[in-house]
Amino acid sequence: MTAGTEPSTRWPVIRKDPGSFRVRPNLVDYEAARAAFSWEDARRELTGLPSGRGLNIGYEAADRHVAAGHGGREALRFVRADGTTHALSYAQLAEQSSRFAAVLRSLGVGRGDRVFSLAGRSPALYLAMLGTFKNASVFCPLFSAFGPEPVRQRLQLGTGRALVTTRALYRRKVAPLRGSLPELRHVLLTDADGDPEPGTLDLAALLRAAPPDSEIAATQPSDMALLHFTSGTTGTPKGAIHVHDAITAHHATGTFALDLHPEDIYWCTADPGWVTGTSYGVLAPLSHGVTSIVDEEEMDADRWYRILAGQRVSVWYTAPTALRMLMKAGAERAAGHDLSALRFVASVGEPLNPEVVVWGQEAFGQPVHDNWWQTETGGIMVSNFAATEIRPGSMGRPLPGIDAALVARDEQDKPVVRDGQAVLVTAPDTMGELALRPGWPSMFRGYLHEEERYRKCFAGGWYLTGDLAKRDADGYYWFVGRGDDVIKSSGHLIGPFEVESSLMEHEAVAEAGVIGVPDPVAGEVVKAFVELRPGWEPSEELQLDIIGFARKRLGPAVAPRLLDFTTALPKTRSGKILRRLLKARELGLPEGDTSTIESPPGTAPQPGTPE
Amino acid sequence: MNEQDARAAVRAALGKVAPDVDLDDVDGGARLRQDLELDSLDFLRLVQTIDTATGVDIPERDYPAVATVDGLVNYLAAHG
Repeated sequence: MTAGTEPSTRWPVIRKDPGSFRVRPNLVDYEAARAAFSWEDARRELTGLPSGRGLNIGYEAADRHVAAGHGGREALRFVRADGTTHALSYAQLAEQSSRFAAVLRSLGVGRGDRVFSLAGRSPALYLAMLGTFKNASVFCPLFSAFGPEPVRQRLQLGTGRALVTTRALYRRKVAPLRGSLPELRHVLLTDADGDPEPGTLDLAALLRAAPPDSEIAATQPSDMALLHFTSGTTGTPKGAIHVHDAITAHHATGTFALDLHPEDIYWCTADPGWVTGTSYGVLAPLSHGVTSIVDEEEMDADRWYRILAGQRVSVWYTAPTALRMLMKAGAERAAGHDLSALRFVASVGEPLNPEVVVWGQEAFGQPVHDNWWQTETGGIMVSNFAATEIRPGSMGRPLPGIDAALVARDEQDKPVVRDGQAVLVTAPDTMGELALRPGWPSMFRGYLHEEERYRKCFAGGWYLTGDLAKRDADGYYWFVGRGDDVIKSSGHLIGPFEVESSLMEHEAVAEAGVIGVPDPVAGEVVKAFVELRPGWEPSEELQLDIIGFARKRLGPAVAPRLLDFTTALPKTRSGKILRRLLKARELGLPEGDTSTIESPPGTAPQPGTPE
Repeated sequence: MNEQDARAAVRAALGKVAPDVDLDDVDGGARLRQDLELDSLDFLRLVQTIDTATGVDIPERDYPAVATVDGLVNYLAAHG
């Protein structure tokens, strides 16, 4: 069982008085809201394509608001490096995304074809996303700081037909692998400026030439719209499929968990290259018709406070790593800034430690509301709410429309199923695997080309999240740890196998085992244990060379930050690396049952062969 | 410290935190975050590594001044 950390003492509950709030929260009475909710009603909050032609995320995010007379409202307000802003109105977003759809059509990119992005947070990224939906194609965002290897792997697995990127990113990460991507027909540069690289197209020129008002493709709620890659313990990254109906959940969760109101200035700090930045940096706020702030730059404490104050942000959705960095910089950095517009702060990515929840009151005048979800769920599932009390350290309670439970696990960490039904943990404060009853609209509908891996996510009538949690007597959920070897660093899931495979491509590396080790800022950071091939000796130089090698391939978000040499990676008799034993040793925890280990610790095994 | 020592200190610290970066290929005006692709954790480690090696503590308010390679070198030269 994966070791988890739990606060040794419960922090005092943060109570609320919703009657005193400036804005009445959307959810005031939790039980009543759950009882009254249905997904059918939630769908009626959206309009659907005109003339009953179906449901399309692009239409719900932009054109719908234009049709309702709000075309002049700012949809996205971009903050440049120098602090000045430029905005796209809902009318501009609707028109530009329709032009993008027409560009795709003119290039022969059609229904179900995958359109990838690898770009910074510039307007082109956002209109490409919505335009892809409006063309009935499927959008797959990539994080721009990925190294060439994750980029290649995802473009191949997702059979990317078109890619939207910048000149610099294309040169650095895509041009060298173009030969291995025969399915990638079109590369659209957002900043070609009349002079595209060989083998690429000038997106701005194509947009100017495209018709602004072609009809949105008819799409059904169950049509594929989004592909988000996520990492598992083994094998290649998994492409989680989401459908157009997901917007129903983005909208409803924006209502309940983020408490969005039409007049809000909202800022989600996540990059759209990750699922949070798509679901809640683009889709949920746009479906609500609010104004979203987009920072074109990287995180900086003073800059962030200037944006919160200067843009009069009212609802802010950010991440534990960022909050811990702000906390490290000191609450006094917030002092000079007028944060009086801020009325709700939420966080997602990894469990938020109680210190930060409480510190929010000092720095922002608001406690931080933790919530929980993952790539597969497409939207927030468990949350602390604006009107309800916060138990610091708890992820909160399931949203209206979401049935959560804890499934019992056996000694092999498999879910316990009897007579086709999962056995649930019902006693309070008892650990089980967090599970959700399938049926919410943003649930993933498959892993692309991997039916078996998808099927394995369900047991006894429940979707199993892979996260271990407890529930207290009042129904609040508390994260305990991952139930597998996946590493959670700065809120991102990192698959150890991906990192190990990349390390083993280094000429000195015979075998590698990769785990997450606790880090005060990132939650966990990636640490590698490496066995060297014969003829190589451990040295600091080699250590840095291997880390540098991995960073070049994987990018800094995925590559190991720490690396130790070892002479004997613990393995099962079948040769599988026992990552949890590595972790137990690293953390000085009990090693548990070691009877399946192939070679006792300290015994040098045969040098392995890279796969 | 003089500029040469400062440059050597930056080179050593970057070599530890981001060994993928070849400083010989890097323009002095290159931005650490955007151009060298250091992420926020890398940047924190860089600041800590420099502090340990040179005794120069770079407070948060001075981060904008050390956003580029040359900015960082000049900062160390002035404060070390």
